[in-house]
Amino acid sequence: MDTILNTHIVVVGNGMVGYKFCEKLLAKRKSEGEFVITVFGEEPRSAYDRVHLSEYFAGKSADDLSLAPLEWYAENGIRLFLSDPVVDIDRDEKLVRSHHGHVVHYDYLVLATGSGAFVPSVPGVEKDGVFVYRTIEDLELILSYARKAKRGAVLGGGLLGLEAAKALLDLGLEEAHVVEFAPRLMPRQIDEPGSRMLQSQLEALGLKIHLSKSTQEIIGEDCIKGLQFADNTFLDVDMLVISAGIRPRDELAKIAGLETHPRGGIVVDNQLRTSDPSIFAIGECALAHHMIYGLIAPGYEMADVVVTMLTGGEKEFHPFDMSTKLKLIGTDVASFGDAFIEEPACKTIRYENKAKGVYKRINVSPDGKTLLGGILVGDADQYNMLLQTCKSKTILPPDSEDLILGSRGGEDSGAGVMSFPDDALICSCEAVTKGMICHEVSDKGCHTMDAVKKSCKAGSGCGGCVPMVKDIIAGVMKQNGVYVRNVVCEHFDHSRQELLDLVKMNGLKTYGSVLDHFGKGDGCEVCKPLVASVLASLWNENILAKDRATIQDSNDRYLANIQKGGTYSVVPRIPGGEITPEKLIVIGQVAQKYGLYTKITGGQRIDMFGAHLNDLPQIWEELIHAGFESGHAYGKSLRTVKSCVGSTWCRFGVQDSVTFAIEVEDRYKGLRSPHKLKSAVSGCVRECAEAQSKDFGIIATEKGWNLYVCGNGGSKPQHAQLLATDVDKETCIRLIDRFLMFYIRTADPLTRTATWLNKMEGGMSYLKAVVVDDVLGIAEELERDIQDLIDVYQCEWKEVVESPELRKRFSHFVNVPMKDPSVAFETMRDQKRVKEWA
Amino acid sequence: MACHVDDIPTDGGGCALIEGKQIAIFNFARRGEWYATDNQCPHRQQMAVSRGMIGSQDGEAKVACPFHKKTFSLQSGQCLNDDAYKINTFPVMVKENMVYIGL
Ligand code: SRM
Ligand SMILES: Cc1cc2nc3c(=O)[nH]c(=O)nc-3n(C[C@H](O)[C@H](O)[C@H](O)COP(=O)(O)OP(=O)(O)OC[C@H]3O[C@@H](n4cnc5c(N)ncnc54)[C@H](O)[C@@H]3O)c2cc1C
Ligand code: SF4
Ligand code: FES
Repeated sequence: MDTILNTHIVVVGNGMVGYKFCEKLLAKRKSEGEFVITVFGEEPRSAYDRVHLSEYFAGKSADDLSLAPLEWYAENGIRLFLSDPVVDIDRDEKLVRSHHGHVVHYDYLVLATGSGAFVPSVPGVEKDGVFVYRTIEDLELILSYARKAKRGAVLGGGLLGLEAAKALLDLGLEEAHVVEFAPRLMPRQIDEPGSRMLQSQLEALGLKIHLSKSTQEIIGEDCIKGLQFADNTFLDVDMLVISAGIRPRDELAKIAGLETHPRGGIVVDNQLRTSDPSIFAIGECALAHHMIYGLIAPGYEMADVVVTMLTGGEKEFHPFDMSTKLKLIGTDVASFGDAFIEEPACKTIRYENKAKGVYKRINVSPDGKTLLGGILVGDADQYNMLLQTCKSKTILPPDSEDLILGSRGGEDSGAGVMSFPDDALICSCEAVTKGMICHEVSDKGCHTMDAVKKSCKAGSGCGGCVPMVKDIIAGVMKQNGVYVRNVVCEHFDHSRQELLDLVKMNGLKTYGSVLDHFGKGDGCEVCKPLVASVLASLWNENILAKDRATIQDSNDRYLANIQKGGTYSVVPRIPGGEITPEKLIVIGQVAQKYGLYTKITGGQRIDMFGAHLNDLPQIWEELIHAGFESGHAYGKSLRTVKSCVGSTWCRFGVQDSVTFAIEVEDRYKGLRSPHKLKSAVSGCVRECAEAQSKDFGIIATEKGWNLYVCGNGGSKPQHAQLLATDVDKETCIRLIDRFLMFYIRTADPLTRTATWLNKMEGGMSYLKAVVVDDVLGIAEELERDIQDLIDVYQCEWKEVVESPELRKRFSHFVNVPMKDPSVAFETMRDQKRVKEWA
Repeated sequence: MACHVDDIPTDGGGCALIEGKQIAIFNFARRGEWYATDNQCPHRQQMAVSRGMIGSQDGEAKVACPFHKKTFSLQSGQCLNDDAYKINTFPVMVKENMVYIGL
């Protein structure tokens, strides 16, 4: 195709693909004047990241999702009309006319009108409370309706339907149902055993799943009340999200007389040309190779093909790989390559673990040499690796089951990516290969994910390749011998570990002096709490004294967790979960007096919520008087040491776990660390205290105690690993002393012990060598340092209660002795709770 | 008149009730500057901006809301990590150890 100056391009649709088309056209054009670009968008805002739409519910704003600000269009000379759909095309005169009456001439017209939600013709779809899930406006409507709804359903158990259902659950609906016409979930992406595993995982999350259901009518007067199914059953819901598939937006193409498919979609050839050679269609509105590609990566590829041709190159759109990894539904699901191919055309290896909710299937070529495709449910960590292995036709190792089971020798995952060939496609959304990323890292000095994203766009699409890109960055830097430094923020050019050593050597005790010596500027919300934690870990002085109150994170600053409405929670220490009736009564009395909501926590103690800032010192004065101490529920410090009842009562107990748990909790209480610390002691192998999910956990044996370290609950659970076997109490404590102090000294900020270990070179064997065998010769020093901290422990709440100067800061207003009048409460199950925020 | 200078912690903030409005006042001692803003954070309407940590970003004085760490310029009130939000700022005058705010 010849290029002429001032070629007029009109793009209809400012969605993801329409935007990408503009971006690529600007990048590939030979001169500024080559194209005059006009874009019409029907939505009120410029293109945004629809793929991550659900994150809008998790607090992302429309701006966070935006692909480019309005200035971007202006700066690049693109005329953008928003809220102004194109309504007519005059193909003879090559003109488009918009709803607002703008008439614009084109040399080439690009239709990127995307698709809309397909709404089946069920009676009642027009009722209030029935929604679709496609635009930010849809989500805004859902969000406001969900506030007064209790039970929601999603029609459709496919990729988007499940994402929408999870979102309903996260929005706080009491029940979220999925209604699917087919006999199983996601029939197009995964096989039957995969569907079943997915279903049980989703049910465990709280989704209610109804299969083989054909919806006959949506019941209700003006608002939806429920769904009537063909099998005479009924589902009682007060809101419904329809996600029954997509319908390509081909109405404009139809008006213009372009060829469309009876089932929807603008028919295009390999070059994305419609039946009119001056008009292209790309993205979800285009029907290429007899299908609609409802994913972003093929859409971007289509944009690239058209741009290449308009700028004088040659390229065709080939049938595109439909591999996907689902996000945001609470459990991993992925399928890649040829997922459904059956023997004898391949050899299939399946792995199923019902207890863990994991199902994996890979299809290997009959000669065992290459990977053809597969399915992952419950654990898709290997998705990127497998996808690459599949696409680049890497020759498989003899034991191909290692691909899904992991080689049982424990080799590090980074080596995997580094062994790929340079032309392995890493980011399929932006078509970036491994070689290109290596080049950015080595030659252009892009050493962070953000820098790589900016310079070559890898990872800026669906984000699925981000872990691999990170591995490549780390791998290349290691190969180049670059020392990876994690500096704190713009104010400190040091890592936490370096800062800790510097502060220690110089004996600094205030934030101001640390900033003066080793930093610059005025500090910020990143370095302040970090230095606060370092100071506390080194000296264990009261965290609110000297200039330290205002550098604490809000929770530490007021020695309580800030909660909705700006109220605080109060958690006294109850070591080992053991408490006398007298103390229980005091908790009851205090809660009653100050109107607090009480709850037994997951950490075997009692949380009192809803305390006014002004009341905190008085509440603590009364608790301390009754013998309680701060529970540090607000601090990056020791939380609880859980215990089971142990040999004192339990017929299986082999040691007294309660006594040991109390001793451990008393020893390490108040110890400040890079992140919070949790522990537990179980009285026998039945492990009722869940010690193996803790930062350090102890399990009684016939001969003594087993010590486990670096476990984690939370969102990424990880089992603790065995550090020592059958040791006596003294040895156990000594090892914990060393372990904790080594962690405090070397971990990055806000890194739990499990993550710290995962990043540690040499892993568990190195940790063991340092803590147990003392290969670094620092054991004695570690023990001494921690003993110094333990010796100066004081209950920080007691110090506050006794100091009028510190007490004065616990007041909402500085000029009137009044509590915050804007805090409002409501009643829930006979207790008071703070009003929901807007 | 809002309060005495000692009512506001050094390099931190406090909240004053002025003409029925909650105003956050900051004593940015490190820079020898005083600032005043709304106490309400526009993100989730929480009355806690005064309890946030202050600091700077490329030299611009800022405060971080303790709830979700939206940070606001103390100079312009513009939210620095989310263009959608902005808070009001007010002029501050310190005379004879008393702090005065212009609403
Ligand atoms: C109260 C409690 C829930 C309950 O009602 O049971 C709770 C409440 C909070 N948890 Fe938790 N967690 C509670 C047990 C747990 C547990 C279970 C346990 O400890 O046995 C876990 C998983 C175990 C683990 O940590 O490994 C847990 C994992 C988390 C996490 C994720 C940590 C992680 O490494 O992934 C956070 C977020 C964080 O710390 O950054 C968190 C953060 C929070 C915060 C502090 C969030 C916040 O800043 O407001 C909540 C404070 C509530 C308050 O105002 O007091 N909470 N939290 C539990 C208090 C236990 C206690 O007595 O101290
Ligand atoms: C909730 C959700 C999750 C998703 N998750 C994934 C995922 O994980 N992975 C993945 O690959 N894909 C995912 N997708 C699909 C992906 O978002 C789409 O493939 C992609 O947005 C298609 O881009 P498009 O530009 O073709 O269409 P769109 O983004 O829909 O853009 C089309 C635009 O054109 C406008 N328009 C229509 N007609 C006209 C007209 N006549 N004049 C002017 N403007 C018009 C529309 O209003 C719209 O703004 C998801 C989609 C949704 C809704
Ligand atoms: S899991 Fe923990 S952090 Fe999350 S809502 Fe419950 S208490 Fe809060
Ligand atoms: S309420 Fe201030 S950041 Fe969310």
